[in-house]
Amino acid sequence: METITVKIDGQVVEVPATMPDPITGKPAPTTMMQACNLANIIVPHYCFHEKLPIAGNCRMCLVQYGTPVMGPDRKPILNPDKTPKIAKAPRPVVACSTPISPGMEIYTNTPEVRKMRQAVLEFLLINHPLDCPICDQAGECKLQEYTFDYGSPVSEFIETKVHKPKQALLGPRVIYDAERCILCTRCIRFTRDIVGDDALGIVNRGSYSAISTFHGRQFDNNYTLNTVDICPVGALTTRDFRFRMRVWFLKETRTVCTSCAMGCNILIGSRNNIIYRFTPRENDAVNSCWLCDFGRLNYKWINRKDRISTVFSKTENGVCEEVDWQTAIEKIAGYLKNVKPGTSAIIASARLSNEELWLLSKLKKLIGAMSDSVPRFDKADNFLLKSDRNPNTNGAILTGICSERIGENLQNIKNKIEQGELKTLIVFGEDVVKVGITPQILSKLDMLVVSDILPNATTPLANYLLPGCAAAEKSGTFTNINLRVQKFNKAIEPPGKARPEYEFLSELLVLMTDEKSGYTAKEIFDKMTAGIVGFNRMNWSKLGDTGISVEKANQ
Amino acid sequence: MGQEYRLLTKNLVKPDYTSDIECYLKHSGYEVLKKALSLKPSQTADGKVVSPQEQLRQEVTVSGLRGRGGAGFSCGVKWSFVKHGANKTVYLICNADESEPGTFKDRVIIHKDPHQLLEGMIIACYANNVHLAYIYIRGEMMDGARILQKAINEAKGKGFLGKNILGSGYDLEIYIHRGAGAYICGEETGLIESLEGKRPYPRIKPPYFPAVLGLYQCPTIVNNVETLTTVKHIIEMGGSTYAKLGTPNNTGTRLVCLSGQIMKPGLYEIEVGKVTIRDLIFDEAFGCGLRQGRKIKAIIPGGASAKVFRADEQVSVKRKKMDGTVETVEYDVLDLPYDFDTIAAAGSMSGSGAIIVLDDSADVIEALANIADFYAHESCGQCTPCREGSLWMSKILHRFSEGKGRKKDADLLLKIADNIGGGKTICAFGDACAFPVQSFVSKFKDEFINKANF
Repeated sequence: METITVKIDGQVVEVPATMPDPITGKPAPTTMMQACNLANIIVPHYCFHEKLPIAGNCRMCLVQYGTPVMGPDRKPILNPDKTPKIAKAPRPVVACSTPISPGMEIYTNTPEVRKMRQAVLEFLLINHPLDCPICDQAGECKLQEYTFDYGSPVSEFIETKVHKPKQALLGPRVIYDAERCILCTRCIRFTRDIVGDDALGIVNRGSYSAISTFHGRQFDNNYTLNTVDICPVGALTTRDFRFRMRVWFLKETRTVCTSCAMGCNILIGSRNNIIYRFTPRENDAVNSCWLCDFGRLNYKWINRKDRISTVFSKTENGVCEEVDWQTAIEKIAGYLKNVKPGTSAIIASARLSNEELWLLSKLKKLIGAMSDSVPRFDKADNFLLKSDRNPNTNGAILTGICSERIGENLQNIKNKIEQGELKTLIVFGEDVVKVGITPQILSKLDMLVVSDILPNATTPLANYLLPGCAAAEKSGTFTNINLRVQKFNKAIEPPGKARPEYEFLSELLVLMTDEKSGYTAKEIFDKMTAGIVGFNRMNWSKLGDTGISVEKANQ
Repeated sequence: MGQEYRLLTKNLVKPDYTSDIECYLKHSGYEVLKKALSLKPSQTADGKVVSPQEQLRQEVTVSGLRGRGGAGFSCGVKWSFVKHGANKTVYLICNADESEPGTFKDRVIIHKDPHQLLEGMIIACYANNVHLAYIYIRGEMMDGARILQKAINEAKGKGFLGKNILGSGYDLEIYIHRGAGAYICGEETGLIESLEGKRPYPRIKPPYFPAVLGLYQCPTIVNNVETLTTVKHIIEMGGSTYAKLGTPNNTGTRLVCLSGQIMKPGLYEIEVGKVTIRDLIFDEAFGCGLRQGRKIKAIIPGGASAKVFRADEQVSVKRKKMDGTVETVEYDVLDLPYDFDTIAAAGSMSGSGAIIVLDDSADVIEALANIADFYAHESCGQCTPCREGSLWMSKILHRFSEGKGRKKDADLLLKIADNIGGGKTICAFGDACAFPVQSFVSKFKDEFINKANF
């Protein structure tokens, strides 16, 4: 790889001569900003975003620079101390768009540069409403951060501020405050160049400029909320999160989205056991740093009041009563020990983790059950949202719960229950009534064990109902559509007596076989990887925050 | 004692001269185009074949023609940046978005002698292997657009434009594009964006130099109306003959737009550097002086964005002598020869060739408020310093002219202007709005202090 050596604030740095263009992926000359990032030297910026085309409009990244003076022989002229003579450029340049050249010296921290930053901040703030106390961006606002670092302590502005639209709805999910907007155009570039929906533009000019949709159009594609993430100030806010929580109170948990098979990396923002928002987390192998609106807003059910939170068992005369976990697991284990091979089935959701599906597949072998998962398909878009809305279909396949044709066994299972061949059914996380195994058919069973999160048509029929966890309430791994195994982590506590499925499945298996599979997701994962072809050579700690793909682990 | 030298304006001042093609042909119109198209490849002493196109480009380089739009950049050098023979179309755009306050020269050419512009433009296109060219005309110049369209139709009818021009095998189409009324569309990359159908936000340089990545990401030449019109005369008389007009490095003739508080404002054509500012303002051949009893106070030498001169200012100008040494010459501002280099060395610029004169009845603060208002209104809003700073300066100045000025506002204005100008913005507009404020406030600071009420 060709490299270029430059000097940044006196530090000699060797960086690649080209770096991939964020949109085309083709090599493009390395910029000063990229070189500074590689050298861990922070150049403040608003409009620059490493995943977007360059705009160069905020002028916050202005730096000074110099280049070696060349003699007639095209070789650098040397100072008496043998260092190359540097000609300092008379005018500053923006680091975000200026390519580096060999021997270039970049000065990011001179008094002149600091003065330019202070000036840009002053310009950005003169017409800004300074309404930080009621602004949702407060605490994660680049105006606040850079003002803290470089801003002027006094204001010299005594004129009337420019007033612009406030609380303007750009679309169903995004609210725009033009007075807070610094017109960096990140939102415009994102929706135009990343999503391919040229929905936003600037209207009016000069200081009266504002972001707007085209007349009569809505900003309503499936990725609008990313503009709120990349908005460096409080101009774009989400209708969902707006005014609900100060961001500094939020605990952030690194995890993955479960709304489709893509497995976009996210942060869950929670406080006091309540989830307030999902935001994307960068993973270039999966979602870059984006997240679809559908996945982002699909969290409210977790906090629902009617969550299953106690263990139920049905007495012989059909009355539901609450039991404790130990009793339930012991009774189920005792029952399953006596199940004859070929008389039982397991229907396990592809929303369960790899570890849970693996434990269920162990149980399947133990009792000689058939098994399957429930397919869940809907319309895909052309970006992140996949048609497979199960987060772990590949996990279900790799653990042997279902075949590549997920759901192909369901009819079979239904028929065999109807015919009286199958007497025991274990259902994890699915409403089997929805797939045609009606209450009438289920009544033919001797034993129906159900674990779920929310009540549905199947849960009232269970002999044992075991309260499980949402992905946000436990840890584990999913295998995404591209066979990438990624960790998800516990953000909040489950309600009531609900417990992670892997925990009680482990307990059940211990009671039935004396073989210990482990009681944490990590222990189970490390045991599992040894036994499954696709997963071997992986271990929990190797997964890191961004996962490993199955093929890669096999190499 | 100066006098006019009419080259571009030779015909159009005649009372019976019209914009009609027949009239133009009667005045030997399109003869230079015929000459240019009939050029044959020539050979240099060392046997190198020089194409007709290259010969034409060399003539322009030899002529020393500098762009007449405002920056005064060498036209020959600008053309030389374009790579020919690559697989990319080369475009030429005539910048007819004349908007600099005080400037009205391009409009006169377009209105009175459109075929002269077309002929120069067709030659320039031929010289640069251009087959598709645009005239980007300022939105407000509706008549100009109509006149030009008529001229294009006439030229096409006579075979000077279109397919196989005059049987030479050379094809060229010229289209007129009307702007929608924004000063920034005169900035060449803003113009290109506008022509592509977008907001006229100037592009970032690097990488978007028009000669490399211009219109539709192709090499593009953007030349001013007067520049392209001059090309015709350069080819007619030969580059070296043209270069004898004017002064070294400031060759040829230039249209000067005189306006402000003088007796005879108007458009004059001079040999560059052969006439002083004093001549232009006071001479009978030009401005004929001020109104009776008035004294001259200030001169804006190159359109509203140029730095103002106090009329009583003494400037020392460094200039290169023929032997390469540098000498320093002291001038009364009024005695500065009106050219590119001397005016620049004196700390301002001759810009678009617009001289605005203020006499002692003018309130400099109101004059500056008016200028600042223009730039605040015309700032495109793309980059921060200019977007916010231009309006801020305008607001301070308007407050000042309403009698609410503070003594410290002068320094505040200078600080704001310094924070905008000097390469801190994407395009030269930042400097354009900073220059007037920097110069007015620093040169007339006493007036700002005296008029301050707080």
